[in-house]
Amino acid sequence: MNIWEQQARNRRNTLLLIALFVAVLAALGYGADWYFGSGDFPVLTVLALMMATGQALVGYFAGDKIALALSKARPVTGSTFAERQLINVTEEIAIAAGIPMPKLYIVPDPDPNAFATGRSPQHASIAVTEGLLQMLSRDELQAVVAHEIGHIRNYDIRLMTLVAILLGTVLILADMARRALFWGVGRRDRRSEANVVLLVVWLLVSILAPIAAYLIAMAVSRQREYYADATSAELTRNPEALIRALQKIAAAVQPTTAIPQSLAHMCIEDPRGRSINEKTGFWSELFATHPPLHKRIEALRRMAYLQT
Amino acid sequence: MAWIVLLVLIAVFLLWAIWAYNRLVNLRNQVANGWRQIDVQLKRRYDLIPNLVNTVKGYMQYEQETLRQVIEARNQAVAARGVAEAAQREAELSGALGRLFALFENYPELKANQNVLQLQEELTSTENKIAFARQFYNDVATKYNIARETFPSNIIATLFRFQPAELFAVANEQEREVPKVDLRF
Repeated sequence: MNIWEQQARNRRNTLLLIALFVAVLAALGYGADWYFGSGDFPVLTVLALMMATGQALVGYFAGDKIALALSKARPVTGSTFAERQLINVTEEIAIAAGIPMPKLYIVPDPDPNAFATGRSPQHASIAVTEGLLQMLSRDELQAVVAHEIGHIRNYDIRLMTLVAILLGTVLILADMARRALFWGVGRRDRRSEANVVLLVVWLLVSILAPIAAYLIAMAVSRQREYYADATSAELTRNPEALIRALQKIAAAVQPTTAIPQSLAHMCIEDPRGRSINEKTGFWSELFATHPPLHKRIEALRRMAYLQT
Repeated sequence: MAWIVLLVLIAVFLLWAIWAYNRLVNLRNQVANGWRQIDVQLKRRYDLIPNLVNTVKGYMQYEQETLRQVIEARNQAVAARGVAEAAQREAELSGALGRLFALFENYPELKANQNVLQLQEELTSTENKIAFARQFYNDVATKYNIARETFPSNIIATLFRFQPAELFAVANEQEREVPKVDLRF
């Protein structure tokens, strides 16, 4: 599949995953309000939604400052040749993407990695580690920057905020329900058999729903990583540069300690390092924020018309 | 009852028509903007070139002819009138710069000079920016053309006479040829 076909598929999959997420949330919320709620208004669901939204919005508006502060990033000044090259490379891709120039930062970590943050292309920042700057050639650096600008252009930060709201709501609802059960709150006619059966079913759902929600969130994150890879290929028209960059990044052994795990979905590669990225197999892949490296490279090779 | 349904249908159709029209206008403006952005990068190149030539002049005493050609090409590009002539002159300037960079290989002291490296990076970046600006223009022009031609927005496009956008193409057939690298001393 070429660049355009892969991008279309990524967008479709994202939509399906979000729809699935909303369905899981609706099922959980309906059950909770039916059993624990009073009257017709879904009090519990709305309350959980509001709490989760409040939490997520803090992340949405202040997230970039928090991320940059946590990773001890310093702004790029252009005083060294390497920084000058980074600025040029980013300006070039910003022109290709049609977005304003994002603010650039450097994270003092010898391990190669990069992340993007900011709620819209007008408020975007990109940070790269010192290791990345030293290790990659001009083309490879440009491919990584293009991947990050891809996240910005595709509004991935907004999407992951939405996913965080949905996930938070599910977790809060499940938590509320467990507490309510513990304290014996519930429908007056709960002794009837049908209601007990339904209660058991709903209990199972409330235990499984948080896990399901988490898995869906991870699936969305992986989908957007593929999309950002395809966007990098579209912007640079050079998928092979990204392949080389990913291989170099994967070969570096240490985890990126400076970047907090909460930012993992915005990074080019999981900051926990090689041990996570190398694991393949159905279950380990299911819980990962990033797709396994060989699959990303395979997708990029297809974009370069180098079918294996 | 039938009246209400009809009114709702007309309202929905009108809303869609407004949305489609606005989208076409939006895309058309992006295309015009994209075209202007190319000029921005071309102007940047004009300003950088005299700087480069002055920096390398001292080192490259035997390349006065090539240096002269670069300045000549740059001045011609600045003075060009009209889109076709400008595109032609820009292509010649790119060629002259390419020949100059190839000559850098003969001068190791030149390659070690920090100023020259900076300037070369700036000029490479400018060439890239021109290319990316053209790429962006083509991408956005394609998006506009697709919106203009696909059903049902093509109804609105024909109704309000939206013109197709021309994609940026290679002006000079010579640019398509593989450049010859002359390694004779």
